[in-house]
Amino acid sequence: MGKDDVKLMTMWASPFCMRVKVALAEKEIAYEEIQENDLLTCKSDLLLKSNPVHKQVPVLFHDDKPICESTNIITYLDEAFPAKPLFPECAYGRSRARFWADYIDCKVHPAGRAIWSTKEKDEVEAAKNNFLEIMKYLAGTLGDKDYFNGDKFGFVDILLIGLTTWFPAYEKYGDFKLEDHYPKLAAWITRSWARETVSESLTSPEKITNLVIMLRKMHGLE
Amino acid sequence: MPAIEDSGVVVLGWWVSMFTTRVRIALAEKGISYEYIEEDIPNKSPLLLKHNPIYKKVPVLIHKGKPICESLIIVQYIHETWKEGYPLLPSDPFLKSQAAFWADYIDKHIYQVVKLTWDSKGEEMQKRVEEFLGYLKVLERELGEKPYFNGESFGFVDMALICYYSHIIGFGKIGNFSVEKDTPKLFAWATQCMKRESVSMTLADPNKIYELLIEIRKKNGLED
Repeated sequence: MGKDDVKLMTMWASPFCMRVKVALAEKEIAYEEIQENDLLTCKSDLLLKSNPVHKQVPVLFHDDKPICESTNIITYLDEAFPAKPLFPECAYGRSRARFWADYIDCKVHPAGRAIWSTKEKDEVEAAKNNFLEIMKYLAGTLGDKDYFNGDKFGFVDILLIGLTTWFPAYEKYGDFKLEDHYPKLAAWITRSWARETVSESLTSPEKITNLVIMLRKMHGLE
Repeated sequence: MPAIEDSGVVVLGWWVSMFTTRVRIALAEKGISYEYIEEDIPNKSPLLLKHNPIYKKVPVLIHKGKPICESLIIVQYIHETWKEGYPLLPSDPFLKSQAAFWADYIDKHIYQVVKLTWDSKGEEMQKRVEEFLGYLKVLERELGEKPYFNGESFGFVDMALICYYSHIIGFGKIGNFSVEKDTPKLFAWATQCMKRESVSMTLADPNKIYELLIEIRKKNGLED
């Protein structure tokens, strides 16, 4: 182990792990990936020891010091490795980035899960409408910009893009297409996926959708 | 005529809101002057609705006309904008990440004290008191033997937690637990924090919070 020894504990389906991988790629930080394969029944001793409070991935180890919670990890990486910054420079821009990060973290994944985790038609419809309402504000803040960060792919883009691997599953079970409602947001997804740092870090949406089908079967929803 | 919010620093707040208290503690620690506007919740002002259109909540800090929302984000903004004076966050990135982790833990788990006092009673209340005490004990372990969560000096995590104290005391009276007896280290820590002017001048009166909680519980049919 030398200085700047970086390891990342991940699980393939977790959009929160995927976003950290994108950040590491964007900042060109070399790291070793440690995969947790079975989070449902058996978490490893290393995970339980390094994140005793939440017992969740991702966990980043920098020179053996653990940092937990994906948004916290990405913020840490941007400060510990200042080259290729992900945050805007000015304090106000940073506060806006943190605001949207918090919005994304609180709302997007739970709203999406509500769409596929029920088979009651009116519950699905309500969940879909709630999800689209949440996307409305994100589309509004993106506006005509190429990225949430402006001209450059940055912090907010990284936080949201990992979650989009789950969007085709939401669209399948909610029977909608995001591009019909928010074409500029859909274009942002396409533009971001064209970046090698993104396409090489994210699990394919097909694999995620297959996981959702399996989870639905497990819970008697298919 | 220039709008009030275009001049200097303005805080939109509510005396009951622990998040407003948090921001006011941070401003006081930094010695920053500001105009405070007390919102008449639930009759939210056009100014609040204009500057926080998504959540429509206090606190909002308005600096040179630009709004910053969400209390932890506001504290970080204050730290980054006014670099002189008392440091609100550690400069070391790892220590900063630890502070951010615990502040997030506090808002995920301690915030429920608000909901617990407003909508439960009897056996259900007691079950949730046990859970709540569990979270306080995790925080107590994290504090350890240090005078503050930040170490030798008052910092980000201390600010994040102390702002809940009046509500925790009020909840203790309703839920029949005592911070002093059940989490003595946290009690000692809170007593220490309250010696700071930024805290003692800003924290809501626990008796007033308790009276308000009882009033709300009566309206919700949880008290006779």
